[in-house]
Amino acid sequence: MDGMVTGDPALLEVRDLRKWFAGPRPGPFRPRAKVHAVDGVSFDIRRGEVLSLVGESGSGKSTVGRTVLRLARPDGGSIRFGGTDITGLSRDALRPFRRRMQLVFQDPYASLNPKMTVEEIVGAPLAIHEPSTSAAERRRRVEEALSLVGLLPSHITRYPHEFSGGQRQRLGIARALILRPELLIADEPVSALDVSVQAQVVNLMLDLKERLGLTILFISHDLAVVGHISDRIAVMYLGRLVEVAPTQALFATPRHPYTEALLSAVPIPDPTVRRERIVLVGDVPSPLNPPSGCRFRTRCRYALPACAEAPPALREVAPGHFKACIRDDIALASPTSVAA
Amino acid sequence: MSTAAADAALPRPARRRDSALRRFMRHRLAVFGTVVIGLLALACAVGPYLLPFSDTEIDIMQRFAPPFSGAHLLGTDPLGRDILARILMAGRISLSVGFAAMAISMVIGIAVGLVAGYYGGWLGTVLMRFVDAMLCFPSIFLLLAVSSLIGPAVGSIILLIAVTSWMEVARIVEAQIRALKARDFAVAAEALGASDARVMTRELLPNAIAPIVVAATLNVAHAILAESYISFLGYGIQPPTPSWGNMLDNAQSYLTSAPWLAIFPGAAITLAVTSFNFIGDGLRDALDPRMGGR
Amino acid sequence: MPDLPMPLDTRPALLAEDEVLSVRDLSIAFHTPAGALPAVRDVSFTLRRGETLALVGESGSGKSVTSLGILRLTPRAPFCRITGQVLLRGHDGRVRDLVSLPEDEMRDVRGRDAAMVFQEPMTSLNPVHRVGDQVAEAIRFHEGLGRRAALTKAAELLELVGIPDPRRRLSSYPHEMSGGMRQRVMIAMALSCEPQLLIADEPTTALDVTIQAQILDLLRRLQERTRMAVIFITHNLGVVAEIADRVMVMYSGRVVEQAPVRPLFGAPLMPYTRGLLRSVPRLDMAGRERERLQAIPGAVPDPLAPPPGCSFAPRCGHFEPGLCDAAVPGLDLARPEHLVRCVRWPELARNAA
Repeated sequence: MDGMVTGDPALLEVRDLRKWFAGPRPGPFRPRAKVHAVDGVSFDIRRGEVLSLVGESGSGKSTVGRTVLRLARPDGGSIRFGGTDITGLSRDALRPFRRRMQLVFQDPYASLNPKMTVEEIVGAPLAIHEPSTSAAERRRRVEEALSLVGLLPSHITRYPHEFSGGQRQRLGIARALILRPELLIADEPVSALDVSVQAQVVNLMLDLKERLGLTILFISHDLAVVGHISDRIAVMYLGRLVEVAPTQALFATPRHPYTEALLSAVPIPDPTVRRERIVLVGDVPSPLNPPSGCRFRTRCRYALPACAEAPPALREVAPGHFKACIRDDIALASPTSVAA
Repeated sequence: MSTAAADAALPRPARRRDSALRRFMRHRLAVFGTVVIGLLALACAVGPYLLPFSDTEIDIMQRFAPPFSGAHLLGTDPLGRDILARILMAGRISLSVGFAAMAISMVIGIAVGLVAGYYGGWLGTVLMRFVDAMLCFPSIFLLLAVSSLIGPAVGSIILLIAVTSWMEVARIVEAQIRALKARDFAVAAEALGASDARVMTRELLPNAIAPIVVAATLNVAHAILAESYISFLGYGIQPPTPSWGNMLDNAQSYLTSAPWLAIFPGAAITLAVTSFNFIGDGLRDALDPRMGGR
Repeated sequence: MPDLPMPLDTRPALLAEDEVLSVRDLSIAFHTPAGALPAVRDVSFTLRRGETLALVGESGSGKSVTSLGILRLTPRAPFCRITGQVLLRGHDGRVRDLVSLPEDEMRDVRGRDAAMVFQEPMTSLNPVHRVGDQVAEAIRFHEGLGRRAALTKAAELLELVGIPDPRRRLSSYPHEMSGGMRQRVMIAMALSCEPQLLIADEPTTALDVTIQAQILDLLRRLQERTRMAVIFITHNLGVVAEIADRVMVMYSGRVVEQAPVRPLFGAPLMPYTRGLLRSVPRLDMAGRERERLQAIPGAVPDPLAPPPGCSFAPRCGHFEPGLCDAAVPGLDLARPEHLVRCVRWPELARNAA
């Protein structure tokens, strides 16, 4: 479509993205409260890169994914894909972009239509975007997509219920890849799978990334999986990015207190490793009424009165390493430093 | 890729699940209902050609002949017409009114429910409040009033019944679509760039088919009953064309002297309506996905 | 050969002094239209006071059914058949076999001698009743306290499980609490009668990692205080490493390995356990080298059509035709306290060393 894009290496540029949902009405005739699910998120993904978006429930990570795909309309900010601003495009104008960015879902049971055969499910993108494709050609390309994800071409006539969870997730990936998109957004693609199968799907995604030169936005709550698959990691808390860093740097030298706590909370499958655990007090505050200034300050053990004043900006503290925290005078623990 | 290939080499065998048909066959009353409706429809279709009497043939000598006593198996009416022939001819009318009204009401109900459930928002709210308003209206009065205005004919009766009985279907479809729309596979289709029409008809509707089929069956029963009501009250199918409802109407004055005039058409209505209800129950059990594993 | 498999010795009929629970040859089968579905087969283990046993396995391994079967919370007789013995020491010191206990006595055991915490606290709490009333109800049922006294005790329990402002929280409804808070309420209810045994079925799976850390800490603190025995069911090996004293690995209804936590993680004997440990991405290794995870190929077998012999054989890298698919291997006592179900373990252990 564009041929070679040499001047601009970023495939996706997200700037100051905002998305809010209507909350409850405070009174019968008062306007609805606004829930800021995503509140000023900016990041780039370079071609061929895997960027992970990490956060706990309510962090807004999935909303970012869906808004980038324009399944939800952003309430502020801009999304540029391959150099084109797609923030305000109409449904019809979006269609050519849809085939270039695809989504893989968390739940391999809910994301496949139970009444359709594998051929119809995996071939649906072709039916939509290339309706002139002949039946034989479609079948050939579905079979090709199936073997790409490690399924047999003979599976083409089956229904989703005949597959195991891991195989269904492969079907979801085959559907996403049949049009050879440039960007794959994977929303918790392995969280619903059993441990042994999880590894199969993680490996498959890494394989496909290399073979097809895919760019991946990987959304997950599981830091261990994320650490395995990504080039860079962006950590979200209550609708904002708190830290963005290359994978190794994030694990070796986390710069934000939330990242530190998150890393220390992940249990390590080795009974001989004993670490000092930072247990965060309390729950994530309600997004209806988030804390002023830094949103993490209510649970942060390093919080100062100044933290309540203004939201800290995301600034570069080391090459490629960004954090949104005003405190530069603290030394944070990392899980890798303990194990080494 | 070795792991992936190995995974594929172990295709999971298809779950041995009970088919919907087998579950339906286990529902005795539903099977009974199906047989009854089948026989009734067959009898109404071919019966009149086999009988020695036509439904309009007046025989003054044979007025009020009691059933099981002479040439007339189910007896005759005040004009000496054969009751059996009339019941079968009336069955043609009543059953076709039932099916036709059902078909039209399903089209309206599915369309309204689909649009309201898929788009939601103010459009959905307006449509569903309209459905609520229609449900509040006593439909029997509407039926009577309108049919007295436009004059009763089979076509207008069908249309009237359909127009007053699509609301339940709309509600069922709306609820189903609203729930299905949030499922990941519908979002997946949208993310692929599928058009609204494609998402609605290819992705959502096939998954809502089970409750729709059940509602359709129950709607036939409802339509037969509605036709009987209005014909009984004299605003429906007009004599000499027989319908189960107007046969009952005629029988009113002779309830004590010739009870068979009322018993046979009444039995036909009961049989048809309960059979359809049984079929509906059976279909509900058979098509309910919770009954047969995933 | 020092590592010859030894047969399992038969245990004495009653519980030893410090033992709380002894499960012997527990089998649980469900009746389905397609035939009997054996969900759990020949599970045996004992649990000492203050000990935590982790039950590990993937979906369909039978780990949850085992725990439900211990408290007879599986469907009743014609739909589900339980055989074997479940000996539990009650609060009065008496040992009962829960498999043969009459239902009314069983009701008294549940909650008082053995309590359970489930994965999804939202569905386990009744949404229409206040949290305080639900906790107090459990206390009143077993201890016959009055309403006021029970509510006071409920507030103490909520405080014990770390719920801030417990008096006010008594009048909250479940939906007004976060997932972590609801799980704390469930734990408070489970602890209300100071049970000897707590069964926790994936209690942290639905929670965020930082909340999971809080709940694990809480469970550990409570266990130190009450010396109760805990069965902790999970699929998360990190959690196991952190909380368990002993681990029992299940695969398609059978125990395939059982050992104290350090040898199990340090020197697993069953190929399945080894594969499982190797397929987990580790946080402390993350971002170092980008090598592939070592996934176990395939998927768990269909319980209605199990493979012949060892049920892990079709996915096992050490599968030997004629040996592994000949018969279901027995559970061998490989080392002290270390049981393994694999015919090839002595060979594999030697090769690994």
